[in-house]
Amino acid sequence: MEPVLLRRVTYAYGEGELRRPVLRAVDLTVREGEIVLLTGPSGSGKTTLLTLIGALRAMQEGSARVLGEELNGAAEAARVDLRRRIGFIFQNHNLLGFLTARQNVAMALEQDGSLAERARLARAGELLAAVGLAGHEDRIPARLSGGQRQRVSVARALAADPGLVLADEPTAALDKASGHEVVQLLRNLAKSRGVPILLVTHDPRILDIADRIVAMEDGRIVAQEQASGAAAA
Amino acid sequence: MNELAPPAKLLPWAPERTGEAPHSLPPARRGPGFAASTWLAVRLAWRQLRSEKARLASAIAGVLFACVLVFMQLGFRGALFESATNLIGAMRGDLFLMHPLTLASFRPEPLPRVRAQQALALPEVERAVPVYLAQATWRNPESGTRRTIQLIGVDVAAGVLDFPGLAPLVDRLKRADTLAFDVRSRPEFGPVATLLEQRGTIEAEVGNRRMEVVGLIEIGPSFGADGNVVLSEVNFRRVVKERQVAAVDLVAIRLRPGSDILATQQRLRELLPRDVMVLTQAELRAHERRYWEEATPIGFIFAFGSLMGLVVGMVIVYQILFSDIASHLKEYATLKAMGYSGFYLSRVVLGAALILAVTGFIPGLALSFFLYDLVGSATFLPLRLDLAMGLSVFAMIFGMCAVAGLLAVRKLRDANPADMF
Repeated sequence: MEPVLLRRVTYAYGEGELRRPVLRAVDLTVREGEIVLLTGPSGSGKTTLLTLIGALRAMQEGSARVLGEELNGAAEAARVDLRRRIGFIFQNHNLLGFLTARQNVAMALEQDGSLAERARLARAGELLAAVGLAGHEDRIPARLSGGQRQRVSVARALAADPGLVLADEPTAALDKASGHEVVQLLRNLAKSRGVPILLVTHDPRILDIADRIVAMEDGRIVAQEQASGAAAA
Repeated sequence: MNELAPPAKLLPWAPERTGEAPHSLPPARRGPGFAASTWLAVRLAWRQLRSEKARLASAIAGVLFACVLVFMQLGFRGALFESATNLIGAMRGDLFLMHPLTLASFRPEPLPRVRAQQALALPEVERAVPVYLAQATWRNPESGTRRTIQLIGVDVAAGVLDFPGLAPLVDRLKRADTLAFDVRSRPEFGPVATLLEQRGTIEAEVGNRRMEVVGLIEIGPSFGADGNVVLSEVNFRRVVKERQVAAVDLVAIRLRPGSDILATQQRLRELLPRDVMVLTQAELRAHERRYWEEATPIGFIFAFGSLMGLVVGMVIVYQILFSDIASHLKEYATLKAMGYSGFYLSRVVLGAALILAVTGFIPGLALSFFLYDLVGSATFLPLRLDLAMGLSVFAMIFGMCAVAGLLAVRKLRDANPADMF
């Protein structure tokens, strides 16, 4: 079963004369463990596509099966449930400013009733160590650098063992070195767990982490290429 | 354009059509139970409140303000009604007879004195003494100004109607033209207690008659009278000359020890004509209090004051919670994207409201205790803060914060996770 299977997904903002289509019959598949980069100029619909896959937006037309759930017509409660199985990484880290790095990562685990507080914090600590932040667990985001914050959000996205990771411009706010470091880390952690990643970017510096690069333009997928970087990694 | 028909219910590549085994869904994660997730939500609320000390302090100050305001309003209200019935409250007796048309003790409707004798027909009744009430002018022994004072004329030796401090004065009050002065009367009546201490006895002018103050009792000012004096029946009639002996204002009854007060009350009602009410002391007091509750806007004024305090507190708490959500919309949207339900986030906001209720109430209670002491000693009002009142104020503050929280929760709708990208 493919983690993401989109067929003829069409989406438009606005009503009547103001109706402005942003996605036109998009077909896209993300396979198990695959890292797919979605690129394209702004306004090409890639972010809308990401929010649809992430069950953050109600579908309009077409079919989207994400982690086995059909999203077209899915109820709000079903979408909330599905979101718990997806790891999100945002352009800005969006960490909770009043929680420490460890508590932020543990927030992703608090929806799993089988874990006790101690287990949650221990697991959060392991993930922070995995993203190279051992020793920084008890700092609040304001006391971390931009790259470190984004690494915390990588740890948070992966904490609950998601079936899929969705990332939106994770390097936009970072310089080249730390941006590359973060996506490398994300790639390695995802590969070792077999988690597929769909990553929206127009940062050419990180194209080399992809297994496949999908280019969008004007609401359509215009090109797909098997990336060379995947073989090298 | 792609002119394909919209997908049928079963997609062409669905496992049911292709003959593949249907995929097995990953086991659904069980979320924590309601209690556990509520605890986590409240903890998150607390961590968020704690992180902004200035905002937390102003929120607590708002709740504290509302809390103190409500406590003071209710305290004053209780104290005023309490003091409105000081005279009645100080009269100690088992049962009382009163004319049904008497609304308040300061304007009594007389009843026949013979009812006191009729009450003695019951074996349970040990004594029944008439009480005369009237108001007369009192001349301040120091400055000479005159004010109206309440006279209570009763057979003091009978020991039926007892006031605190009266017992040792009984013999002296039997003498002609003597009276016992209420030490808790308002200071405008003159420094009687001080003068009495200096001179032993002092002369006073009551209703144009020279009288001797032989001692002090404790009653306290009520709404009907700023001060009180107790004198014997005979001395009362010397001051209030027009009063007929047969017309009394109240009859106080003492029962034999061990008698059932309520059963006797019932039998007295059957025995006596319809022109008297038979009341216990508590009922008499409630009757008097009800008059002041209905005749004056006091109850309304204090209820209104309390309500204003709650509204102001609610607005403050609402503002704090609202701006908290508004400035953390991104974080709330992130939590929604992570799969936290709107219900969970509502519990975070309500949790914050209830934390504010508790953290504002505790210092508010402490401050109110202090103010009750301070104000009580300055105004001689009997301000009392008991458990029932504390609980009801806490319930009000809790409700206030809950309403503020429910209003603020609506702002959560603005946290849309789709806008996060």
